[in-house]
Amino acid sequence: MTKLHLRANTFTLLQTVTSVGLSALAWVVTGVRPIWNGSQPSERQRIYFANHASHGDFILLSACLSEKVRARTHAVAAAEYWGKSRLRRYIAEDMLSSVLIHRQWTDEAQNPISIMLLVLDQGHSLILFPEGTRNTSDEPLLPFRSGLYNLSMARPEVELIPCWIENMSRVLPKGQFLPVPLLCRVVFGPAVTIAPGEDRRAFLERARQTLLALNPRPDRDD
Amino acid sequence: MTLPPIHETMILVIGLVGVLTTASLVAGILSWRAPKPLSSTLVNLTQRINAWWVMVVAITVAFFFGRTGMTILFALISFAALREFVTLTHSRRSDHWVLLGMFGIIIPFQYWLVWTAWYGLFTIFIPVYCFLLMPAITALNGDTERFLERVSAQQWAVMISVYCVSHVPALLTLNVPGFEGRNLLLIAFLIITVQGSDVLQYIFGKLFGKHLLSPTVSPSKTWEGLVGGLAASSLLGALLSFLTPFSPLQAAAVALVACLMGFLGGLVASAIKRDQGVKDWGHLIEGHGGMMDRADSLVFAAPVFFHTVRYFWSV
Repeated sequence: MTKLHLRANTFTLLQTVTSVGLSALAWVVTGVRPIWNGSQPSERQRIYFANHASHGDFILLSACLSEKVRARTHAVAAAEYWGKSRLRRYIAEDMLSSVLIHRQWTDEAQNPISIMLLVLDQGHSLILFPEGTRNTSDEPLLPFRSGLYNLSMARPEVELIPCWIENMSRVLPKGQFLPVPLLCRVVFGPAVTIAPGEDRRAFLERARQTLLALNPRPDRDD
Repeated sequence: MTLPPIHETMILVIGLVGVLTTASLVAGILSWRAPKPLSSTLVNLTQRINAWWVMVVAITVAFFFGRTGMTILFALISFAALREFVTLTHSRRSDHWVLLGMFGIIIPFQYWLVWTAWYGLFTIFIPVYCFLLMPAITALNGDTERFLERVSAQQWAVMISVYCVSHVPALLTLNVPGFEGRNLLLIAFLIITVQGSDVLQYIFGKLFGKHLLSPTVSPSKTWEGLVGGLAASSLLGALLSFLTPFSPLQAAAVALVACLMGFLGGLVASAIKRDQGVKDWGHLIEGHGGMMDRADSLVFAAPVFFHTVRYFWSV
């Protein structure tokens, strides 16, 4: 945690090089292009929430943000996976400047919501995958976990922007390490806010539907 | 490979720059005088002309690097086209390695065959070996869901985007007596007549188009556009015969065949897009689709042009 405090303010040289390099790679492989459909690029504090099928998702999403926004936006990743070895932790924290959280936690110091709030309270933005894991099912989008609701309740001024990442499950499916070059787009939708009196479950389902509605080709079945 | 005589190359470059400058000026004046905001037709016109500038610059740069430059340029075009094709068609998770092989093995190997002028393998590598081995790998993977559809899509993707496109730089490997060292001009002739034919068919269609040619496939293709466009591009071919080993009459005939194939390519591309429920192949070029939207006619014209020249003129 202290580590995060110290370095979350600006990118280190390593993080800048990594982020520029990965964005360039994302463009070469997928020709990624942002579609702003209901929101606009902005330096405002935001939580970008997206569908998740591949390790490449976060790279694609950040490639659609400006360099300035990218330097203040952190992907939330699972500590169970990215904290497993020193190398993974180095990649996740020191190179990609992601925020690691524990999906299963008992110790209050590991409470994911408090960790994410700490980042938000430094004025930074988050990239969140509310499905909680990479989706390998036939469903286009799994049910959301409650983090999105809890964060928005605690910090209602932070905009929640739905982002549909197209095709990435075909480019780099779970378990593969070489990407197939396919064209990808990231569709950014209108900000979602909790309606007065709306309960957790209703809000999460509505946020999920808003994200699903952004899919530019819902008819395709792969 | 030596460069073609500077004289013809200069005429060619000056001619192209002249035509495009005129087009840009006309589009600029039209946009300046038109009511704002500009109509989508005008915006599209400007974008098309800009894409042409990019195309001419890219080909000119490749031109000066000879066979190596052309081979690399068209390998990249194949990459972009294949990426669009595969993105559009159905595939499953189990196809991952076959798809990787299409990009990582088939494209480099096919263009290496072009570069080394290995004609015997160049013509059969994809239609014999790839077409047999790709479905074999898919079968070995054990996933039979929509098997024939996936295999057909993969084969067509490679056929259209790699095999057909590779016939453009392959023109440099032909040995036409009395035309040594000038094969790059054949590429220029093919691209100018076929792309010119696209524009001419569009213009004739806009001016005189009445009878739709295939309303279920494309609402913009008319008989008047086709006939007028083909006649005009044959004339263009005859005018450009000084670039080629052909007499003016032969050049007109060769251009007619190439442009007719180009028309069929555009028609097939439209049918595929319609089947997949999209308007454009991709988003490579801002505002108007992808590589295949620009190259569909060239894709069908190139192999037939290649074999025409090879059969009648080369030794």
